[in-house]
Amino acid sequence: MPPDFRKIVFGLVIFLILVTLPLWTNLLRGTAPLEDPEISTRDVPGKDRCVREAEYMKANHMDLLNEWRETVVRDGERGFVTVDGRHFDRSLDRTCMDCHNKQEVFCDRCHNALAVSPYCWDCHIGARETKDGSTALR
Amino acid sequence: MDRRLFVKLTGLGALGLAARPALDLFAAAEIPAHSPLAQRRWAMVMDLRKCQEAGDCEVCIAACHQAHNVPKMDRPDEEIKWVWKESFHHTFHDQEHPYLDEQLRHGPVLVTCNHCENPPCVRVCPTQATWKRDDGIVMMDWHRCIGCRYCIVGCPYGSRSFNWQDPRKHLAEPHKDFPTRTKGVVEKCTLCEERLTRNQLPACVEACPAGALVFGDLGDPDSPVRELLKSRYTLRRKPNLGTQPQVYYIV
Repeated sequence: MPPDFRKIVFGLVIFLILVTLPLWTNLLRGTAPLEDPEISTRDVPGKDRCVREAEYMKANHMDLLNEWRETVVRDGERGFVTVDGRHFDRSLDRTCMDCHNKQEVFCDRCHNALAVSPYCWDCHIGARETKDGSTALR
Repeated sequence: MDRRLFVKLTGLGALGLAARPALDLFAAAEIPAHSPLAQRRWAMVMDLRKCQEAGDCEVCIAACHQAHNVPKMDRPDEEIKWVWKESFHHTFHDQEHPYLDEQLRHGPVLVTCNHCENPPCVRVCPTQATWKRDDGIVMMDWHRCIGCRYCIVGCPYGSRSFNWQDPRKHLAEPHKDFPTRTKGVVEKCTLCEERLTRNQLPACVEACPAGALVFGDLGDPDSPVRELLKSRYTLRRKPNLGTQPQVYYIV
């Protein structure tokens, strides 16, 4: 047994406690329940379905939005035809948020729970509804 | 065929392969910028007399800044502007003389991004956040701007503004259809690229009550801008710099 055995073990225990501290605090405090996003679709005439199926959108909406961003800004091509022949504008503000008009429950709820902070809303106005139904800034 | 001839012919063939890309390069360079091949080339003609006769009118500026969420800053050195008024002295300092018409000399000149044929801002942008589109618009990608401000230094017309602060705090009523910018991003006129795709004229042109602003396609010989450029003598800002501005002034 090395002469400093007790000191070493004491240090290791302190180290282990510190490293696992986040786990203990979460156990004691409990984690926030992961709420499902509210699809919150407003009925818009002529737009009864999303541009892609829900499964794809759940997993890949960020890729789709990035692709739209590049196509619109860099190539100037706004018009967009879905696989089943429906016409849309590639636009976060004008297309996505037109139907999904409750940003707090549709976008933010998941993003907050997963600690993702997309910078879309730094510039795009989004659709945070106020009492009178108009959109407001964050 | 003997060995010697084979080697000679192979060498000649290789030379031809090497010359081909060089020939292509020269062939491409010979197509003029304004050929009918370039489908569109947007440009603007401003009639200064008509503009100045309207006096203190700033309808175009208000329309543009409202449509594009351009904030009104408190401090003049943090000012954001897409289209604004400048004195004749500042605008055409190399084309001024003391015997100019008084109204012209003292009246303000409407200035904006010149959407140059040879834009220096594009050359210096390290991230290609600003670039020249095929239709001549010097466009900006605010997603890609890193705020280095090289373009502000590069632009000889002062057409670019930098967001020193969060612009949203200085917007009374943001227009929902157009994004704002963030702190640390450069912005300027985009010739209403978003309106052009919807077959609308630029906001300033549409708003001008005096009809002083004319917008059109330089590639079309019958377009209103070409008609004006043919029938009237026009000035451009700092033509000696070789940037080839595409905003023309009738004085």
